[in-house]
Amino acid sequence: MTMRFSIGAVFLAATCGALVAQGPLDGSLLGKPPVEAWPTYHGDYSGRHYSTLDQINQSNVKALSLAWLYRINTSKTGAIVGGEGPDDAPAGGNPTIKSIPLMVNGMLYFSAPDHAWAVDARTGQEVWHYYWKTKGGIHIGNRGMGMYNNWLFFETPDCYLVSLDASTGRERWHRQITDVKQEYFCTPSPLIIRNHVIVGMGGDSLDVPGWLESRDPETGDVQWKWYSTPRPGQPGAESWPDIYSMEHGGGMTWQPWTYDPELNLMYVATGNPNPVMAGQSRRGDNLYTASIVALNPDSGKLAWHFQVSPHDTHDWDATQVPVLIDDVLNGQRRKLLANASRNGFYFLLDRTTGKNLVTKPFVESLNWHKGVDALGRPIPDPAKDPKVEGVLVSPNSSGITNWPAPSFNPDTGLFYVGTSQPFSMFYLTDTDARPQGYGAAERQAGALGSYLRAIDYKTGTVVWKHMTQTGAQGLLSTAGGLLFGNDGAGNFIAFDPKSGKPLWHAGIGNDTNAPMTYMLDGRQYVTVGAGDTLFAFYLQ
Amino acid sequence: MHGVHEAGAGVKRTQNLPSAVTCLMILLAAAVLAQAQPAAVPKFDDAAVERGKNAFVAACGFCHGSNARGGEGGPDLIRSVLVLDDEGGKELGAFLRVGRPGSGMPAFDLPSPQVADIATFLHSRVAAAAFRNTYQIGNILVGDAKAGEAFFNGAGGCNTCHSPGGDLVGVGAKYETVNLQLKFLMPRSGGRGPGGRGGPPQGPPINVTVTLPSGETFHGALVRITDFDVTLRDASNVTRSFARNGDVPKVELADPLQHHLDMLTKYTDKNIHDLTAYLVTLK
Repeated sequence: MTMRFSIGAVFLAATCGALVAQGPLDGSLLGKPPVEAWPTYHGDYSGRHYSTLDQINQSNVKALSLAWLYRINTSKTGAIVGGEGPDDAPAGGNPTIKSIPLMVNGMLYFSAPDHAWAVDARTGQEVWHYYWKTKGGIHIGNRGMGMYNNWLFFETPDCYLVSLDASTGRERWHRQITDVKQEYFCTPSPLIIRNHVIVGMGGDSLDVPGWLESRDPETGDVQWKWYSTPRPGQPGAESWPDIYSMEHGGGMTWQPWTYDPELNLMYVATGNPNPVMAGQSRRGDNLYTASIVALNPDSGKLAWHFQVSPHDTHDWDATQVPVLIDDVLNGQRRKLLANASRNGFYFLLDRTTGKNLVTKPFVESLNWHKGVDALGRPIPDPAKDPKVEGVLVSPNSSGITNWPAPSFNPDTGLFYVGTSQPFSMFYLTDTDARPQGYGAAERQAGALGSYLRAIDYKTGTVVWKHMTQTGAQGLLSTAGGLLFGNDGAGNFIAFDPKSGKPLWHAGIGNDTNAPMTYMLDGRQYVTVGAGDTLFAFYLQ
Repeated sequence: MHGVHEAGAGVKRTQNLPSAVTCLMILLAAAVLAQAQPAAVPKFDDAAVERGKNAFVAACGFCHGSNARGGEGGPDLIRSVLVLDDEGGKELGAFLRVGRPGSGMPAFDLPSPQVADIATFLHSRVAAAAFRNTYQIGNILVGDAKAGEAFFNGAGGCNTCHSPGGDLVGVGAKYETVNLQLKFLMPRSGGRGPGGRGGPPQGPPINVTVTLPSGETFHGALVRITDFDVTLRDASNVTRSFARNGDVPKVELADPLQHHLDMLTKYTDKNIHDLTAYLVTLK
């Protein structure tokens, strides 16, 4: 399986020398720190959103200025058109850029619901645009593309996996992942591990099962499926009252995943159980929903699990990035996994075994738990389950944080995450023994402050916090002593990662995903999407 | 929170700034961050739904339950792929003519208009589950009005700003009970949660005073504040913005709703229910 990449690498070295044009991805780059390529959603497999680049640094960041901007083009005219939907399928307006572009051989590749683009990383000029005729589905977002050799992969809102030729944007094939009529919708960025294209999904409205699957990059055939709720007789089945509830128990897999090549384990954070807020038909912990699980990418076999929200009833998907950290603790080399969860708890795990090391709230507003159990899991307070008469809970269903990527900086040892502290009243509306859908209504009831927070990754203690206007935000930190993020008021900011002090900013509108960075022609670029526009900055 | 320091400089916190500002922005955040958002709710012909319901209960209800969620041996039809795939009774009609004899589902020979009505009923039930912004909140009046009154005048501290004979006259008649509850929890909140979208923030704004190095001051309603700028709208409805550089100019904020925010971490759910029960008596 590694052979394909070896051949690819030889081809690259022989024909391209110093790469100046489009071409296949050298697969060995996937496991390395991102420098002259940003070949995955996270930049690498670790989910750290950290770059070793330091050309842009604290001493010169004031000179950071606009290199180019690209406003996404969603016109069907001139596009390469694919898809199963009708010719007059609605275009859905100008979508926001929630993907993080890949940068490979001087070309940026990114996607939005029903669209994909190649844009020249030097100039911001569009090279090709692919247009997908949709059958429908919730068009809330798309996290981007995966790349294998010269092939690109992305998911559509109506739940197809589409593969494109990176050179031309021409479609190679598309394969259905699942049925949009069951209220599934698909947003994740596929993750490439050797010859596996890892694919996931979302969908909360009709109590459907969630799973993760692996597909062959050449044919699109399914290699394995892992269901995030157990099948009858499997371990974890005891955490559900019956077969029916676990087969309709949700656990969506909608956030890009991380991977440790040495352990050959991928780390998947799963979504909430279903019915979402009415838990009476699914008494028990509801494994493996709202959990972090380790899977073998060759077989889909579960190695371990850690549940961050047992029996969730507040829509707290645990799909925040499982960030992989390597460090020496007490003279011992440790492989760790850090996660700041939507439910407001920070977790540190041993990623070899799944054993919990730290569980700690990272905000002040939480009111839904009764401490932490022997396994390190928060204990939910049943009094805060949705009730007909209403209960006040923080966080609300948007959570303390959400899908935008946090950043871990090994230079400071700090884990950075955008947070808010919202409250909602949760009113149970479906009192049937077999509730369906969400089963409860939610109404906002105010919020305490939003902050960018820096957490000491070893202890979970918040070391500094800086006020922002909205909570969760995509982040990037670099060896240049910079933390890039935004304030929720339209400013793209370079912060001092040690203190949170702003060092540089540009008003570009609210960032809609984490920034990424790359080296091209000896120059460091920082690229970020805001609304429907991609901005690239460099030093003049 | 030992060891925490706040890096936001230059703002004198007459009141809790972050809470107030976040409140203005929370609707925006919710819209950006909710993973699932409802599409447009489909409309159904009420008469067809009613006819379909009656036909369904008579022909199908025994096995599938009168609400189609499953019953004596028949599966839940709200989650049925066949129902979800159906359009206007076409697929459903074709299925009913044959049934699934091997698994106990008999064939039904129903006239097409009746099949179409049954399909409309089932699709309306699917939508009722899938579209959470249509969910109806039940009876929330479970509190003790007397205890609510005591809380109002005691631990709640409501009477420091409000009085039942003054600003709250008729408040129990003015709002639906749920909205009354949400109003006292956070008067500036837009109401519906992430599942239902909100309206624009309402209620009194945050007051801001900007003092320039010259000593000149500007006072008004806060429109926006970041590390780099502050914007206010003054009493004559003029909008003014100022660049900020650390502590210059001096910015002071006061949120008249600060006590409402402070109470969020203090209420018990019983307090909320009792206070609601008391306030609805103020007709």
